Amino acid sequence: MESKTMKTPSVPEGMSRVDGRMKVTGRAKYSAEYAVKGLTYAVMVGSTIAKGTLKAVDTKKAEGAPGILAVLTYFNAPKVPGYQGDTPPPKGPLRLFYDDQIYFNGQPIAIVVADTFERALFAASLVSATYVKGDHQTDLKANLANGITTRKDYLRGQDDAYKTAAVKIEQEYTLPTEVHNPTELHATIARWDADDKLSVWTKSQGVMASQRNIAQAFKLEPTNVRVTSPFVGGAFGAALRTWPHEIAAVLAAQVVKKPVKLVLGRADMFTAVGYRPQCWQKISLGASADGKLTSIVHEAAGQTSAYENFTEGVVNISQLMYACPNVITRYKIIPLNVNTPTPMRGPGEATGAYALESAMDELSYALNIDPIELRLRNYADTDPDSGKPYSSKYLNEAYKLGADWIGWDKRSQKPGSVTENGWLAGYGMGAGMFGAYRSNATVKAIMMADGSLELQTAVTDIGPGTGTAMATIASEVMGIPGDKIRITIGDSSLPPSPTQGGSSVTSTVGSAVNDACKELIEKFKQLDSTATGNLDYVKLLRDHNLTQLDVTTTSKGGPDMAKYAMYSWSVHFIKVLVNPATGVVKIDKAVSVADCGRVVSHKTARSQIIGGTIMGIGMALMEEAVIDHRYGRLVNNNFADYHVPIQADIPQSEALFVNKTDPYINPIGAKGMGEIATIGVAAAVANAVYNATGKRVRELPITPDKVV
Amino acid sequence: MKQFQYVRAASQQDALAAIAKPGTKIIAGGTNLVDLMKRGVTAPDKLVDITHLPLKGIAATKTGLHIGTLALNSVVSENSLVLAKQPLLAMALKAGASPQLRNMATVGGNMMQRTRCSYFYDTTMPCNKREPGTGCGAMEGYNRMHAIFGASGQCIAVHPSDMCVGLAALDAVVIVTGKKGERRIPMTEFHRLPGDHPENDNHLAPGELIIGVEIPDNNFAKNSYYLKVRDRQSYAFALVSVAAALDISGGLIKQARLAMGGVAHKPWRLFEAEKSLIGKPATEDSFKNAAQIAMQGAKAYEYNAFKLRLAPASITEALKHAAGAV
Repeated sequence: MESKTMKTPSVPEGMSRVDGRMKVTGRAKYSAEYAVKGLTYAVMVGSTIAKGTLKAVDTKKAEGAPGILAVLTYFNAPKVPGYQGDTPPPKGPLRLFYDDQIYFNGQPIAIVVADTFERALFAASLVSATYVKGDHQTDLKANLANGITTRKDYLRGQDDAYKTAAVKIEQEYTLPTEVHNPTELHATIARWDADDKLSVWTKSQGVMASQRNIAQAFKLEPTNVRVTSPFVGGAFGAALRTWPHEIAAVLAAQVVKKPVKLVLGRADMFTAVGYRPQCWQKISLGASADGKLTSIVHEAAGQTSAYENFTEGVVNISQLMYACPNVITRYKIIPLNVNTPTPMRGPGEATGAYALESAMDELSYALNIDPIELRLRNYADTDPDSGKPYSSKYLNEAYKLGADWIGWDKRSQKPGSVTENGWLAGYGMGAGMFGAYRSNATVKAIMMADGSLELQTAVTDIGPGTGTAMATIASEVMGIPGDKIRITIGDSSLPPSPTQGGSSVTSTVGSAVNDACKELIEKFKQLDSTATGNLDYVKLLRDHNLTQLDVTTTSKGGPDMAKYAMYSWSVHFIKVLVNPATGVVKIDKAVSVADCGRVVSHKTARSQIIGGTIMGIGMALMEEAVIDHRYGRLVNNNFADYHVPIQADIPQSEALFVNKTDPYINPIGAKGMGEIATIGVAAAVANAVYNATGKRVRELPITPDKVV
Repeated sequence: MKQFQYVRAASQQDALAAIAKPGTKIIAGGTNLVDLMKRGVTAPDKLVDITHLPLKGIAATKTGLHIGTLALNSVVSENSLVLAKQPLLAMALKAGASPQLRNMATVGGNMMQRTRCSYFYDTTMPCNKREPGTGCGAMEGYNRMHAIFGASGQCIAVHPSDMCVGLAALDAVVIVTGKKGERRIPMTEFHRLPGDHPENDNHLAPGELIIGVEIPDNNFAKNSYYLKVRDRQSYAFALVSVAAALDISGGLIKQARLAMGGVAHKPWRLFEAEKSLIGKPATEDSFKNAAQIAMQGAKAYEYNAFKLRLAPASITEALKHAAGAV
């Protein structure tokens, strides 16, 4: 394979991951790995029907098994106090053992606690239940008429523009349920330190939110609940909420009066936490003969659970991406007997971009205009929704960078016309966008007597390199090397930070690090008003007889947040090879280009973008959670049958950056990049498959059976 | 899983004595058995570990190649004798599972692995193979991976092995031993069709142990190919796979061997299609004709109808590769 690395020259290589060595040597501790004294082990038992009423749970055999400390069910478990008097289901998160109703297959009906994990697991296999079965619904397509509208329909311009368009495309696109499946299984250790005091080690994207949720469920003072999650082995949105298994661990620990560890099995990862909901979409595009969009109509229906409404921004991209005067979007959710979805990387926008960017590709062929040229003809220079100027947008430069890298000039506008060694070759592209945000964060910066700096804040690093970005910013501002900086994060007792999600953490926490470090420098300057240039922190501390100097700074967005439309942008280019006999699609090359403001930490940014590209390739080619609707039960909830891309599927893959500072979003000029890494990738793959074969697959994933 | 006893067999006799008792199972690499135990599909009282027995050897004999039952899949796939004499087998092995699994899995264990049908693994679902009489969950369920040949009203599962497809094409013989002494079973007759007893995957008698496999020498080394069509490039079971071996002389096919995987309860040898190739030129037309013959009697279900198109296309493609035309 050709080894071509093209980095945007203006992005310095930067620091290596601050926790990289710890992670590869096993010293980084994940939630399941804390050797809490006196640990006991809990395993959950799931329902085997998708809807109905729980009549009885037979726990006798399990209770008689060796090492069993408790078997908890709806019938015998103490009520979770915070659930009482709350809005009852069906409109809220699943409440563990709240009532006798079964809403989905795999819903927890019992928790078995034992002195060892193996004993708990064995006893769990002995628990059986009797139900009165109801008529479940798990088939989205069969229930499209049963939608709930939770989001206002959107209209911009004329509502009948599509009818009169010169060139029209109208197509349906479907995306199956996808499951986050991070490498690290969700795990929780709960220990009651007193009747009103709790320590929890749990896989979480936001320890502050976990603290609030657990405190509320058990009616405790939030400050009496300490939640720790310093290392997270991938999450992609799956650890954005507090799930029933976390409540289960706390409840079990209360009952057995010992610390309890609960680790989900891989099969549980499909039902005990969330997933990207399957979604049906229909796009109608109208354009003039010269390729100007005159109308976009985007309809979508996504699945939700029977007990909770889950709404996401599937159709937003059609309102925002292109300068089109007439836009209609309609979105509804379909309640089914499944667990509640949760945002999965790129969330609804990735689902929506698959449809919009596929339809744009179809339009480009209908018009016989190059897909990039079509996008440039509809390029938005101001936000088409609000009319506001963008804080920054260099998507056109990103198009060029990506096209050059992939060799777009080798693409033929005629599908199925290029072969390489007997395989059909094709090129495709798809763009993405996601709101750029900044919220509030507090950082404590402590300069120690030895010249080392410690940064403390509650934020978790789920893998993107938050800690590395923090150290990079502090190193630049303070003028000290990165190895002198210690990052202490992932603990609710630290200064408050937002949840890791929505591509906003570097913007928010990075800005707070920047502000805290600047404030700390000012504080040093106050020690010695004559000091100029690079400060000698060690000498200043020594001269003033101080062991350390610290500041605690809260940082938040300014008035510019309201003046400008702020988005991150991306474009993905894919080259595929398709076997004309077997329909096998191989990714040959992939590149994603991000316009995400200034790149703070190049190494981790590159790795995050490549990871997002691969996730998009999985979405396009193989990921699909399959339910047998007769039983309302998953049939492929394991890693052999639920396919995620493996090494051999991963092509020559590159991440490029426009790397131009956003002047308005925050003092560091960085926008988010986690979501845009995935948004638009699936369309780029599907478009490349069409370019290679002339076959348009509108139902993901594009497996060989759909191409052959 | 259920508590079980674990013993290490000191000798072949020791192993045979142990498995004579019901509830006892042989374990070698355990790459499938342990999963089955974890899922509660099988719950032996006792496991007899045979990995220390001297049954790992790979050696040329007067008439062919002998491979011990405990030779690791990874070792066989890299063995110089195998690569020189039977490259088709090496290709089939490398197409199976993942490098990590191939490092654990043995030749005998590969033959003994069970179907990956989802309904077989989920003990809350009906499955005649796991629990005779409960019905077939796959027949009217999600049967995308299932059989198009030789299925019964009881079971439409497929055997998941790639190695066995290669061995079936190469006329391999499985050598087993038991109380009554040694038996030689052709690979094509080692596994069975589900019929009314889908719980039985093969013809190994209770108390018998596989000790090795023999592949007779042939003239296929130059013109053989294993094609596996799957949902991802590695670590995925075959949608369909084809083992193709040709003996070509002067542009004409003297002998042909064809077997398919992912289509039946056993490695599916295509005898009629093979016959059609004898004496024919090694051209795409001959291959397409053979593929058409191979598909006679195929029957699809709701989600696997694509195999009726994919299988013949794959046979043709594999033969083209074997003939060196690709």
